[in-house]
Amino acid sequence: MTLDLRRFYLLEVFSGLALTAAHFFRNMGRHVAFAVGASRTGGAVTIQYPEERRPYSPRLRSLHRLVRREDGSPRCVACMMCETVCPAHCIYIIADEHPNPEIEKVPRRFDIDLGKCVFCGYCVEACPEDAIRMDTGILEFSSYSRGGMIYSKEMLLSLEAAGADGRPRSPIPVPADRKA
Amino acid sequence: MSVVADLGIAFGRVAFVMLFVLNLGGLLTWVERKQSAIMQDRIGANRASIFGFRVLGLFHPLADAIKMLAKEDFRPARADRFLFGFAPFVSVFFALVAFASIPFGDTLRVAGREIPLQAVTLNVGILYLFAMLSLGVYGVMMAGWSSANNFALLGGQRAAALMISAEIAIGASIMGVIMIYGSLNMQDIVRGQGRSFLGGWLPAWGIVTQPLAFVLFLTAGIAATKRIPFDTPEGESEIIGYFVEYSGMKFGMFAMADFLETVVIAGMTTSLFLGGWQVPYLGPEGFHLPWGWAWSLPHLVIVLLQVGAFVVKVCGMIFFMMLIRWTLPRFRYDQAMRLGWLGLFPLSIANIVLTGFLLLLWDAR
Repeated sequence: MTLDLRRFYLLEVFSGLALTAAHFFRNMGRHVAFAVGASRTGGAVTIQYPEERRPYSPRLRSLHRLVRREDGSPRCVACMMCETVCPAHCIYIIADEHPNPEIEKVPRRFDIDLGKCVFCGYCVEACPEDAIRMDTGILEFSSYSRGGMIYSKEMLLSLEAAGADGRPRSPIPVPADRKA
Repeated sequence: MSVVADLGIAFGRVAFVMLFVLNLGGLLTWVERKQSAIMQDRIGANRASIFGFRVLGLFHPLADAIKMLAKEDFRPARADRFLFGFAPFVSVFFALVAFASIPFGDTLRVAGREIPLQAVTLNVGILYLFAMLSLGVYGVMMAGWSSANNFALLGGQRAAALMISAEIAIGASIMGVIMIYGSLNMQDIVRGQGRSFLGGWLPAWGIVTQPLAFVLFLTAGIAATKRIPFDTPEGESEIIGYFVEYSGMKFGMFAMADFLETVVIAGMTTSLFLGGWQVPYLGPEGFHLPWGWAWSLPHLVIVLLQVGAFVVKVCGMIFFMMLIRWTLPRFRYDQAMRLGWLGLFPLSIANIVLTGFLLLLWDAR
């Protein structure tokens, strides 16, 4: 029979305590160094989410936006390509005549039901006018009702593309039923 | 006039101990969150804020208290009305009063008065401490029995069994210390630890004279706090314990009692094994280093240093106990029993015998 020191509980306790204590003091030192400005990273890799966001990839498919023309009207010509290609059937377009005879149509309504959207990006691929993009960097969609998940043309038109690091530049839209 | 002064001094002594224990106990919820977070490479609770100031999450204990006070205080229909409400108070009360006989400094001499820095001066202070610590389990047993819930009853029963096996080891391991310093008075035990060995180099703290008793006492003491390696009575996450039926501030009081007991055990360990308020090489006149260097200090500074040393030691012990709590997994019920009865208890008896033998040899020199 060999003597297994691990059977002696106290030694293992101390090696465990040494491990956790080493973690504590190393992280504490980093936190202190960060607090006094001697280090650029703290003791934890946590990102304080609503205030800080991690950089997103430029290829990330995030909340849709409708691209505007020079005069602020939508570039969309209501050709229904995106509505047709959408596998989730979450885009609803009602077309209207455009006052400019050069342009065929304009959407009167352009609603996206984000409760149904699967973020496949087919609408962006299908669009012949480059009128819809998914580059806002916004990933926060929540509401208290299904109706709140439907984003209207005005909301989608007001959004900007994300910055170079993928962080959103336009404020995160708050659904009407969440404003109270 | 002197009666008023006496009353004021007595009140001040009690208030210091009371506020020290209560505030430290409240602060421990913050310490527990933050220390565990730092040990686990996290940040920890930091969202509670007042006017946008977060202060490292220090408002979380406050937010917790407000939350618990505002919650519904539910009592099961078949619960024992009186005992159900009484149990948390018993738990907290005995945890609070236990600290009274722990000295936090030497005698303070101000304006011709001699003020012992201790809430209550007792000749049998250590027995008082021990008694209060044991009585705390009654609150837990009452809670388990009065909730009219079999799971709570089992939890209370586990608490009682754990407490008995821990108390025996605590009592038996303290015996060695009492034999060495020859007193049941906490203040005398701490004073005895002011002596030194090896030509004045090594302070005669309990941890030096009774290293085995230190380990045994600390283990049994952590078992007495009912916190993680020995949390079979509670086991919030799965085996559920004596406070399943409690909600709101009554639940908070049980949680509080655990933290208060942690402070008490840290205070006891400090007084019995870490020299209490003793600062190494600090005598009643000032510092006397072994190589003959001396630095005399005024009385008030010395007393302040001693009280500071006590507080620092208690905080250090609490840190260590938190470290244990966030490192070790829980003992199974039978493992805890085996450790208590077949490990700690025989070893502390052996420690008493060994200490007696060595003391005989020492005296016969």
